[in-house]
Amino acid sequence: MKDQELIPNLFRTEYRKIVSVLCRLFGMAHIEIAEDIVSDTFLAATEIWSTKGLPDNPRAWLYTVAKNKTKNYLKRDSLFQQKLSPEIQYHTANTEEFELDLSVKNIGDSQLAMIFTVCNPQISTEAQVALALNLLCGFGIQEIADAYLTNKEVVYKRLNRAKEKLKELNISIQQPSLNEINLRIDNVLTTLYLLFSEGYYSTTQNTTLRRDFCTEAMRLVYMLREHAHTNLPKVNALLSLMCFHTSRFDARSDQNGEAILYQDQDESLWNMELIDQGKYYLGLSAAGAQLSKYHLEAGIAYWHTYKEDTTEKWEQILQLYNNLLILEYSPIVALNRTFALAKVNGKTAAIAEAEKLKLTDNHFYYSLLGNLYTDVDNALALKHYEQAMDLAVSTADKLTISKHIQQLEKLI
Amino acid sequence: MNDFLLIFRRDFTNKEAQPSPEELQNSISAWQNWFGGIAAQNKLARPLQRWDISGKVVKADKHVINGPFVEIKESIGGLVIIKAESYEDAVEIAQGCPILELGGNVEIRMASEPEG
Repeated sequence: MKDQELIPNLFRTEYRKIVSVLCRLFGMAHIEIAEDIVSDTFLAATEIWSTKGLPDNPRAWLYTVAKNKTKNYLKRDSLFQQKLSPEIQYHTANTEEFELDLSVKNIGDSQLAMIFTVCNPQISTEAQVALALNLLCGFGIQEIADAYLTNKEVVYKRLNRAKEKLKELNISIQQPSLNEINLRIDNVLTTLYLLFSEGYYSTTQNTTLRRDFCTEAMRLVYMLREHAHTNLPKVNALLSLMCFHTSRFDARSDQNGEAILYQDQDESLWNMELIDQGKYYLGLSAAGAQLSKYHLEAGIAYWHTYKEDTTEKWEQILQLYNNLLILEYSPIVALNRTFALAKVNGKTAAIAEAEKLKLTDNHFYYSLLGNLYTDVDNALALKHYEQAMDLAVSTADKLTISKHIQQLEKLI
Repeated sequence: MNDFLLIFRRDFTNKEAQPSPEELQNSISAWQNWFGGIAAQNKLARPLQRWDISGKVVKADKHVINGPFVEIKESIGGLVIIKAESYEDAVEIAQGCPILELGGNVEIRMASEPEG
């Protein structure tokens, strides 16, 4: 690895680990102190390494410096020391003896505790995702702003509000009990799925950043798998789903960053390794009796890894969509279900069902009708695509719709 | 929107009235598509629930017998609670119910609020 890439890479992997351990030790109320200590550590690394060269083991160097900075902070600020969680006082007679525990086990436990702290339904979902990106994944404010196509100020404010809220609620950062895991795992999974989607569906042109978001979301889900109590079938189902989705990353946009629709993708660009991993986790997710929406979505994504249209494929996809809707209604799932119905029972049957949906403020609804009416009544199909065009907002969506309009105009 | 109870009944006892295994197999996806279609319109009012086929009946003299219900020959095969604008709307949905293909029928009841 090149030297200039070393610090950003270490920052990405180590910042969040040390922050988690310090936050758990200090409590949410002193999150800035935790962040300051780690930032100072990286600042020292940048300065010293550039003049004196790289240490033999950069990570160990960072850990030692973080440990010393923590010790010094505790020594310097006796007031803070008194306020600190009883844990430090309990484990150590005085701060001279205090040793920050940066063992693999403690880092893992602290990160799990942080996941459950950050994914807290008492703060807005949007704030949960931003905090997760910052504290759990180590993304800087600029990177988060780039992904959201907004400026640093907005992200900074959003993060601060969320941190204030967590302080106000006085949430202690601790290993979740079995009962808490059962109560809160669904919210944790929702936030991690949103984080993933932020990368997968983001409209930013920065594909590296989008990929990083997806990878980070997968890493967090993988981390849940590594803890016995959170290694649940639905966690495996979510990971499986993410593997299947990311397997198409290279195939889903062209060199200009424009979206390539599923049916037009070059399947030789699909990542077989990720597809195999997806199948492996899908197998593990079949344990137990609970069928979550992630199981159903992973099932749908699984069938999409077979490019060829077969009766079995679309019948399976249709039944999975039926079950997904029965479990939880969503307009986009209703539209996808109707698309699958067309593949199984033909366009005429699907048109009858589609028109019952009446999602008249949704451009995807008109795009679906446009698709279903193509070759059945091309003039009507064109009319629907034009309505979709009126409702669509993003440039990417408008581009896709305009391609359909052009094709239809040639047919009429 | 009101809640409507749709009860599917058919004769489960009379041997001649039973669908063939093939008909039953086809019926499974018909049921799933019918429920999926209701859910796609966001008209499912409650989560779906499977019901035990045999059941029990408490008679007027408090005597308990095993289901089904000899007087009317038909048993409840299942039920679903949907959201619909009117009886007319609920009837339209019920007309797509696969129990009809199996010689059964659907009873529709609108939910009523307790008075006062």
